[in-house]
Amino acid sequence: MAITDVPAFTHLTDADIENLAYELDAIRQDIEDSRGERDARYIRRTIAAQRALEVAGRLMLAASSRRSAWWAGTVTLGVSKIIENMEIGHNVMHGQWDWMNDPEIHSSTWEWDMGGASKHWRFTHNFMHHKYTNILGMDDDVGYGLLRVTRDTKWKPFNLGNLLYNTILAMGFEWGVGLQHVELGKIFKGRDNRDESKARAREFAVKAGHQVFKDYVAYPAVTSLSPRATFMSTLKANVVANIIRNVWSNAVIFCGHFPDGAEKFTKTDMVGETKGEWYLRQMLGSANFENGPVLRFMSGNLCH
Amino acid sequence: MAKNTIKVSANVADTVRPKVAGAKERPGWNALRAIAGRITTPLLPDDYLKLANPLWSARELRGRVVEVRRETVDSATLVIKPGWGFTFDYQPGQYIGIGLQVDGRWRWRSYSLTSSPVTGAARPATSARASRTITITVKAMPEGFLSTHLVGGVAPGTIVRLAAPQGNFVMPDPAPASVLFLTGGSGITPVMSMLRTLARRDQITDIVHLHSAPTESDVMFGAELAELERAHEGYRLRKRATRTDGRLDLARLDDELPDWRERETWACGPEGMLNAAERVWSAAGIGERLHLERFAVSKAAAHGQGGTVEFARSGKSLTVDAATPLMEAGEQVGIRMPFGCRMGICQSCVVGLLEGHVRDLRTGAEKEPGSRVQTCISAASGDCVLDV
Repeated sequence: MAITDVPAFTHLTDADIENLAYELDAIRQDIEDSRGERDARYIRRTIAAQRALEVAGRLMLAASSRRSAWWAGTVTLGVSKIIENMEIGHNVMHGQWDWMNDPEIHSSTWEWDMGGASKHWRFTHNFMHHKYTNILGMDDDVGYGLLRVTRDTKWKPFNLGNLLYNTILAMGFEWGVGLQHVELGKIFKGRDNRDESKARAREFAVKAGHQVFKDYVAYPAVTSLSPRATFMSTLKANVVANIIRNVWSNAVIFCGHFPDGAEKFTKTDMVGETKGEWYLRQMLGSANFENGPVLRFMSGNLCH
Repeated sequence: MAKNTIKVSANVADTVRPKVAGAKERPGWNALRAIAGRITTPLLPDDYLKLANPLWSARELRGRVVEVRRETVDSATLVIKPGWGFTFDYQPGQYIGIGLQVDGRWRWRSYSLTSSPVTGAARPATSARASRTITITVKAMPEGFLSTHLVGGVAPGTIVRLAAPQGNFVMPDPAPASVLFLTGGSGITPVMSMLRTLARRDQITDIVHLHSAPTESDVMFGAELAELERAHEGYRLRKRATRTDGRLDLARLDDELPDWRERETWACGPEGMLNAAERVWSAAGIGERLHLERFAVSKAAAHGQGGTVEFARSGKSLTVDAATPLMEAGEQVGIRMPFGCRMGICQSCVVGLLEGHVRDLRTGAEKEPGSRVQTCISAASGDCVLDV
């Protein structure tokens, strides 16, 4: 059952919760104080390595359309997109690296390599998802308006297609995420602000158009100039690379808030929420997975 | 999609698009960049090229420190080779923003360019390589964090960020017939650019330069100025060692230089000297002949002090206390401030801090001009100007 009163659910007193906020803020302060040259070097190198990996992948695809080169290039490209989206893009847009005051690695300037616009992501994810985490009816990430992922949502015959919908969503996850802020459901029901919807749809179309042109027209065209590669081989490779990234990020994200044990909440719960109660709701509503350094990196540090 | 009965509104700021420096001046290269951008999107080709050579990017101005030359015991000249996008036809006397990465953070300060601009017609006699550099001369201020670092700690090869040259403390072309330079300490730096440019353009007709420094050895560019005096009889330099001879009394300028009222004057130096100059010139009714350059030292106000926050794009301003978030201040004067969660976690409200300091209401940390701040959890710390 979704939680309506977090403090009651956890049997914690107001003082306990306030202490929690105090302790977590102290940890945050420690980490903020420790940031320095080492960290700046880490993100610069990660970005350089990711871009080099992408170039390598695309060159492999241009060098040959033979099976082995094709797979090598496709997987390399897929991995580079995963790193760009998860370890770099998602974290940069969260403001994690804003402390460096670097205009090229900043939440306000980063545009990431996927179909959705960074501006829309900052609304749906940074704001809506992180402020209203797992609150039914507010956090759209709970099922993406498509899937039934918790008993708290009433069952409808539509949900019979859950597995099918998720398969499609997983393969085209970048488009599911990119369209989130366009709020197609609301538009079809006529419950949207038309001007806003038009503006958002335009923003999405511009970004999506650039991405589609890059991966499915421009690169295949450029590599077709290479004697060893063809338009179709690169096109297929780019499609698969994007799918690799989509499926991987979908899997990691679904592990974050849907497993049993990651609680859901009702709208009443967050009324008058204190900082400590917000922290508590984040902890109760999230799931972790065991990880080594590689998984940690490839999941964008979405585990601990 | 989610049914929201709680009406959620936000005004998320647009993602700032990369602005290519010098795009207008180089339309051909820019067209090529746009075409190549089709396959590098959402990045620019520059973002890949800079991995090979940091200067190969016009997305943000940057340069490489090629040489650090000691001038006096506490000052040094940095010779910087700018990267793509930098235009060398600035005006003598203008200043440039320098960003240095210290401990992972980019910190910004402004310094006068001491080098001469390079324009199409006049090519300097020195090597072509030298002409594609700029110089700044930095004096280490005892309480100055970045200046001490620049003078003592920057190794050649360091990459610095640059802000395009600006400022209206400039020497026009052609120069006026008779000129007075009134400088003190590091205030000589913009005037060096002017002197070097005038020497190159052969426009030194009648210049008197009154320069004050604590002692003779504190005079920057001493040898070069002596050589200039020797080579041009139109240039007369009078140095004053304030530690032994006391400060120049501008009220008694007639004793020093009887014809000062006829000269177009450029003054740059300590606050006190400039204030005195302003008084003396306006008292003589020739205020428009005096050009001043103030090296403002930006210091945060004492803890717990608010100030006047100015919103640069609309020109509106408001006086606030130290507990009022800047977002509220902006909304009070009717500005559509970008916002999201309004609790400091979503980065929707980030704007640039152009001048002054702000304080993070959660941690107490100060943010200095040139950084970007979250308005929902920042308050003014003294007067400040926001880019919104």
